[in-house]
Amino acid sequence: MIRKLLQPVLAVVLGLALGLGVTWSAGENPWHVFIVLGKGAFGSGYDFGMTLFYATPLIFTGLSVAVAFHAGLFNIGAEGQLTMGALAAAALGAIWPGLWSPLAPVLAGLAAILGGTLWGAIPGWLRARRGSHEVINTIMLNFVAAGLASYVALYVLKNPDSQNPETQPIGAGYLIHKFGIFGGAPVSLALPLALLAAILVWVFLWRTVLGFELRAVGQSESAARAAGIDPGWIRIIAMCLAGGLAGLVGVGEVLGNAGKFKVGFSPEYGFIGIAVALLGRNQPAGVVAAALLFGALHKGAAALDLETERVTQELSLVLQALIILSVSAEGLWSWLKRREPKFASVQS
Amino acid sequence: MIRQLLESTLRVSTPLIFAALGGMFSERSGVINIALEGLMLIGAFGAAVGTYMSHSPWLGSAAGMGAGVLLAALYGLFVIRFRANQIVAGTAINMLALGLTPFLCKVLYDVTGQTPAIPVAERFQSAPLYLGWIMVALCWLWLKHTRGGLWVSFAGEHPEALDAAGIRVNRVRWAAVLVGGALAGMGGASLSIFLASSFSRNMTAGRGFMALAALIFGKWKPVPTALACLLFGFAEAVQIRLQGVSLWGGKPIPVQFIQILPYLVTILVLAGFVGRSRAPKALGITFRRA
Repeated sequence: MIRKLLQPVLAVVLGLALGLGVTWSAGENPWHVFIVLGKGAFGSGYDFGMTLFYATPLIFTGLSVAVAFHAGLFNIGAEGQLTMGALAAAALGAIWPGLWSPLAPVLAGLAAILGGTLWGAIPGWLRARRGSHEVINTIMLNFVAAGLASYVALYVLKNPDSQNPETQPIGAGYLIHKFGIFGGAPVSLALPLALLAAILVWVFLWRTVLGFELRAVGQSESAARAAGIDPGWIRIIAMCLAGGLAGLVGVGEVLGNAGKFKVGFSPEYGFIGIAVALLGRNQPAGVVAAALLFGALHKGAAALDLETERVTQELSLVLQALIILSVSAEGLWSWLKRREPKFASVQS
Repeated sequence: MIRQLLESTLRVSTPLIFAALGGMFSERSGVINIALEGLMLIGAFGAAVGTYMSHSPWLGSAAGMGAGVLLAALYGLFVIRFRANQIVAGTAINMLALGLTPFLCKVLYDVTGQTPAIPVAERFQSAPLYLGWIMVALCWLWLKHTRGGLWVSFAGEHPEALDAAGIRVNRVRWAAVLVGGALAGMGGASLSIFLASSFSRNMTAGRGFMALAALIFGKWKPVPTALACLLFGFAEAVQIRLQGVSLWGGKPIPVQFIQILPYLVTILVLAGFVGRSRAPKALGITFRRA
């Protein structure tokens, strides 16, 4: 257990150290930068609330990437899937504003799942039945989703009261409960929903037959086939699930925060989800922990523009990139693992 | 107007051609290049800074290519030496470039996300446009008629056979990734000091991925890839031309549909609905000697 945790923790430490080293080479005091990051993320109830607000979509996208990964698929398309999910929820709320709570948010949540599922099903089907690689298809579909969403926001459901590219506001019945203890930060029911999703994903993957079959396909396609599993069908299901999970980002954003679809609302939640899944070792609990870390980095870095001379908030991207690189370097860690027995013998 | 449109097509497809050729080197040798976007971005930055400092677009583009090579070396270090997953590492490289460039702008010029403007006289007028097509011809000749070109193809198709012939597969891949970085950097340079007059935050805006799409659309071959870039460049030129133009009933034309066209045709081609595009066999598979 401890050894399993060791690699991600070391990777985070290494990534942070390298990133802060970069700020040092720019003439900043890395300790000061670190304190600013920490204060920005956890300094007050509001700050911590914003950290949770950013972590929530990352839990969804992290789970999305993880589920696909267990089926041996790389879902680079969470960004497009969450766009379609958020767009579907916002469209329902704008077209049918009179719907009442609690039916309205439930239906909008289902719409979000459906939008994401559809956008995941396409590359799943293409991989299973046409043999084209899901990595390229999901990347391409990200751009298609962005184009469609901006078309809808600019022409079909345009908000007449705003200069920004966004849809008409959704009806009041759609808005979900926000927790008051975070000083106004938009922490909504989407957070417990994300935690519930993490538990359900765990139950699905490790306690159901379909989840077992999904992991079997991911481990060895030929073995799964020999056991009578249709890998193509499993891949389609996996990508549908991945898409649906990413689509749920729309719940927190549209129903819990903006009340509409805003073009470009996501600071690449989909791509950061890849990092979250990787750092979380594709385990639901790990995904939640990694999402919290990356949410904190994102929130903490927002203060850097004002609080430091030379460091900008983009440092969070640099830190995230360095953490991903350090955790992904198999060769680096196998070198470390080879040394492990030596340490063990010294200690004993 | 047609003449204008064609000229604009040639201009906007230039960065795509360089980047797609760069991606081709890397992918033909067996290394996926999702990182093209980041390599272009750092190249655009390097070229803008280099030109601003040296007052010469040639030295500037050399700086852009150098920046591309440096970032590609980091990518190579992780995917070839440390056997990191190429897609994960590529994503990280893109994030790194996106985060590092505004940060460096701040350090160098104390402004967020932009380098100082470069006067017209110090920018490229049309050289990258011709250079791009010369590069296409050179790459085609090189891949087809030289031993090095053969090695690259074998590293991507049958690395074991290349290894058996006594050639170090990973050395070939290293070379291909670095050359790819230089070309992608030049692609970025033609954005910042040819099409524009400075570097701005995330100025590639998905062009690296579009170059990747062109590479797949062009079946990983230089000439068809360049033609795909031209086609995608045409779509971009039409879209720029139509922006804000209104036709029926005073409604603006939704350019979004032209915008997504390159990505849609790539999906269709890859799925075999329109022709067939096959990736190098060993693409994405780390090579380890037995």
